[in-house]
Amino acid sequence: MVDYDYKKPKSLKEVFGLLKKYGPKATLIAGGTDVMINIRNRELSPEILISLRGLSDLCYIRKNNGYHIGALTTHRMLEQSDMVRAGLSALHDAASQVGSVQIRNVATVGGNICTAAPSADTAGPLLALDATVALEGPNGRRRVPIADFFTGPSETVRKGNEVLVEFDIPEEPGHFGSAYWKHSRRKAMDLPLLGIAVGLALSESQEISNARLGLTVAAPVPIRAYKAEEFLIGKRLGDDVLVEAGKIASSEASPRDSLRGKAWYRREMIEVFVPRMAKLAAERIRGE
Amino acid sequence: MKKVSISFTLNGDKVTAEVPPSWTLLKTLREYFELTGPKEGCGTGECGACTVIVDGKAVNSCIFPIPEVEGKSVTTIEGIASKDGTLHPLQKAFIENNGVQCGFCTSGMIMSAKALLDHNPDPTEDEIRTGIAGNLCRCTGYVQIVASIEKAGELIRQKK
Repeated sequence: MVDYDYKKPKSLKEVFGLLKKYGPKATLIAGGTDVMINIRNRELSPEILISLRGLSDLCYIRKNNGYHIGALTTHRMLEQSDMVRAGLSALHDAASQVGSVQIRNVATVGGNICTAAPSADTAGPLLALDATVALEGPNGRRRVPIADFFTGPSETVRKGNEVLVEFDIPEEPGHFGSAYWKHSRRKAMDLPLLGIAVGLALSESQEISNARLGLTVAAPVPIRAYKAEEFLIGKRLGDDVLVEAGKIASSEASPRDSLRGKAWYRREMIEVFVPRMAKLAAERIRGE
Repeated sequence: MKKVSISFTLNGDKVTAEVPPSWTLLKTLREYFELTGPKEGCGTGECGACTVIVDGKAVNSCIFPIPEVEGKSVTTIEGIASKDGTLHPLQKAFIENNGVQCGFCTSGMIMSAKALLDHNPDPTEDEIRTGIAGNLCRCTGYVQIVASIEKAGELIRQKK
């Protein structure tokens, strides 16, 4: 068993002080559902864990000139929020399918994004919802679009002395809906072998005024399917248009063969689920 | 090995544990307090055999760092019967409906079910299955387990 010290600071200032003192010997821990397992599997052997769970003021879901979600918000809080269900449906779809109740009760959305697994469930929806990530360091705060946040598997633009503190999601003008499909073999306790998130804005005449597609496990990092989005914008919602968008999105992906699925299969499933999630987003706009 | 002092409420009693900060809640419950109801199955939050309730919420105690329970209230399977020995409705229902086969998953199943019924004493079958989705029964006796939880809900509603 790995032996380590454990600190639970009460303020970000204290966190920055500890990070400066211990440097790479320290690991940040939020809900711990990844960190504790990595320690057990000897993939991580920190000398000290710095818990962020004492920062209770980073645990919130607010709507005020857009949506604001604190990094320590748990998946369970997102799942149980009517505001998230109604306004950020794709994120609700994702959060309520992570792990189990026990996992969702502790696992945080900030942790899910900072772990930066190619399969992170909340990453696709946050891409489709055009979220911005707020990172705070000793010298202040900076904001990064989530599309620029991931740099590789388990790698992000977050620096060692920074803490992810908040997600900001703009409120879309007009009729906006979103949906996420977690493609996995089991309903619970499984990672997606593909994740498809679609955010869609429609005019009264069913013309697509805005579209964003977030794909996970489709490339080394969660990606936007920009070409498919560009194709969709300005078109009238219809089967032919959505099928074509699925094909374009599939061509933008670079999935790999893995134990859980082959690349060709993932490509075909992108073609299937991009249209289905776009339709579900549209149904949600119409309140069906 | 350096030790820390962690104070919390365990099954209604104020307690203090002197354990290394790298211990998990499960290890502390089993090895410090000798409460062996919570089990270690996978040790990675997959199987739910270690499920306990912390401040009203079901958690996997095998990946819950012990320093995080400071000041909190922890309930294990040992703490759900009345002090006079009267079993909790879930315990009665699991016995009567054959919700127990080998028994390894049982304490975790009951703690997940308790967290569910404490908030919602009249869950649908879907809600029950979601509530115990993080608890694996390798005897695969899920039908009796779901029936037991339904029955326990009934018993709890009658009492109110």
